[in-house]
Amino acid sequence: MRGAARSLRIAVRYTLLLAAAALMLAPVAIMVAGAFKPDALVLPEAGTLRGLFPERVTASNFADVLARTRFGLFLSNSLLVNTAIVALGLVVNSLAGYALARLRWRGRGVILAGVLALLVIPFEAIAVPLFWQVTLLGWRDTYLVQILPFTANAFAIYLFYTFFLELPRELEEAARVDGAGPWRTYLAVVVPNVRPAFASVAVLTFLTQWGAFLWPLMVTSGPAVRPLPVAIATFFTQPPLQWGDILAFGVMMVAPILVLFLLFQGWFVRGVAASGIKG
Amino acid sequence: MAAPAITGLALFVGLPFLVAFGLAFTSARLGSPLPVEFLGWEQFRRVLADPVFLRALANNGLFAVVVVPLQTVLALGLALLLNQPLRGLPLFRTLFFMPVVFPMSLVAVVWVLLYAPGEAGPVNAFLGWLSLGSWSPRDFLHEPAWALPAIMLTSIWQGVGFQMVILLAGLQAIPAERYESAAIDGAGGWGRFLHVTLPGLRNTLIFVVVITSILAFRLFDQVRIMTQGGPGEASTTVIYAAVRAAFERQQVARGAAMTVVFFLIVLAVTLLQRRLLRQEREGR
Repeated sequence: MRGAARSLRIAVRYTLLLAAAALMLAPVAIMVAGAFKPDALVLPEAGTLRGLFPERVTASNFADVLARTRFGLFLSNSLLVNTAIVALGLVVNSLAGYALARLRWRGRGVILAGVLALLVIPFEAIAVPLFWQVTLLGWRDTYLVQILPFTANAFAIYLFYTFFLELPRELEEAARVDGAGPWRTYLAVVVPNVRPAFASVAVLTFLTQWGAFLWPLMVTSGPAVRPLPVAIATFFTQPPLQWGDILAFGVMMVAPILVLFLLFQGWFVRGVAASGIKG
Repeated sequence: MAAPAITGLALFVGLPFLVAFGLAFTSARLGSPLPVEFLGWEQFRRVLADPVFLRALANNGLFAVVVVPLQTVLALGLALLLNQPLRGLPLFRTLFFMPVVFPMSLVAVVWVLLYAPGEAGPVNAFLGWLSLGSWSPRDFLHEPAWALPAIMLTSIWQGVGFQMVILLAGLQAIPAERYESAAIDGAGGWGRFLHVTLPGLRNTLIFVVVITSILAFRLFDQVRIMTQGGPGEASTTVIYAAVRAAFERQQVARGAAMTVVFFLIVLAVTLLQRRLLRQEREGR
């Protein structure tokens, strides 16, 4: 009797999991199936189960995207902006986190309090004045305007700060006895010991910036420096409305990040979990 | 060592933040030949008397009231299902988290297709199947009563995996001994959930509720792509209104006043969180 109740409970759990998985997967499946179908069939078949298994698979939508839009340019814009934000961010934010956690200097307490206070400000609260600032500077339609405001980040500094506080001091003291200054200690001893911190911050930065829409929408007016999230929205409103092409654009846009996600899943999940625990 | 990051923060976060407060008290417009005047509280008075902005505030409020509890409960449910010694669970975790890596603008575009009017629209078709054919198809994104709920569902689909992962980490941090001693005391499954799981998750839940509430007030991408705030003003939001004022009508001062109101709401939510967390520390 006990065994039967247990198997029933397990069966109920798997049923719930499968139902949830079907609901979570359906929009993605409809997107992928539609991307490989002739345009005229996408909408009529989108609500049917049969529509998920197209009879005739075609790659013409992908060719259309490449012919109708400058997809390669948008992809390289996105890659350039995001790589720069993540790489520069790791350097400046980890240095700041280290200086706040370990070094003694005048004004440290004030700066630390300032960083913690800035944590509260969401980007949307400063978007309008920042837009005004960069317009006055003549920075619109550049890569710089998409990179620089997001490089120094209070949350990243705070995460590094907490990671550095947890690091045992003995390692650094040994380096100091050997005559290493703060920069050498940081590079040779600290960085190699907090690789998980770097990975978590890199993943979190990438996750929040890769989909950025509001800011690039405000500061890019032409395709030259436009990133993918704005490009798909523009393509979507550009007649004629061809769902096959739009979904193909979507598949091409999400494929690289899905591959990254599947390869480095553990880091994605740990990065998000770390933001919850430290936040 | 801290100088580059601190300079960056000062120029691109601190300065615009102060500028927002400054601008909100003036008449500044982009590209206007008129001199900038100091208006005092006038912008705030105008913004808070503007029916579109008030509607936007109400929409964000409604979004928060519906989505925060719903998404938190769903995320907790998924986390509890995944926090078991069953086979194949990492695969499910991957699936549930996957939409989080989708850019919101792509999600919004795909969901415009899902909300297509008529029986062919996937959401309509699904509801028809679920109701055994008694559902009459809707044009979700063009009906005032449905536009905002449609955006809510899209947002939950994209975001629930994020909350789930945070709650799962919280669940796994609860020591197993607490469950064992509760079992010795004769607590059943429900009792263990109420007396061990929920108290153990308290801080994680507060965190999840707070970030979801703040996200509810930051709502922009989905609105811009799926409904442009419409039909009428049925799905307009605070940030959408602010961006429209500053960007489409060049009224930066008015947009700044709106974002200051937005910031004060976020600040209130954050202070409430700190207070709740402090209470718990003192309670122990």
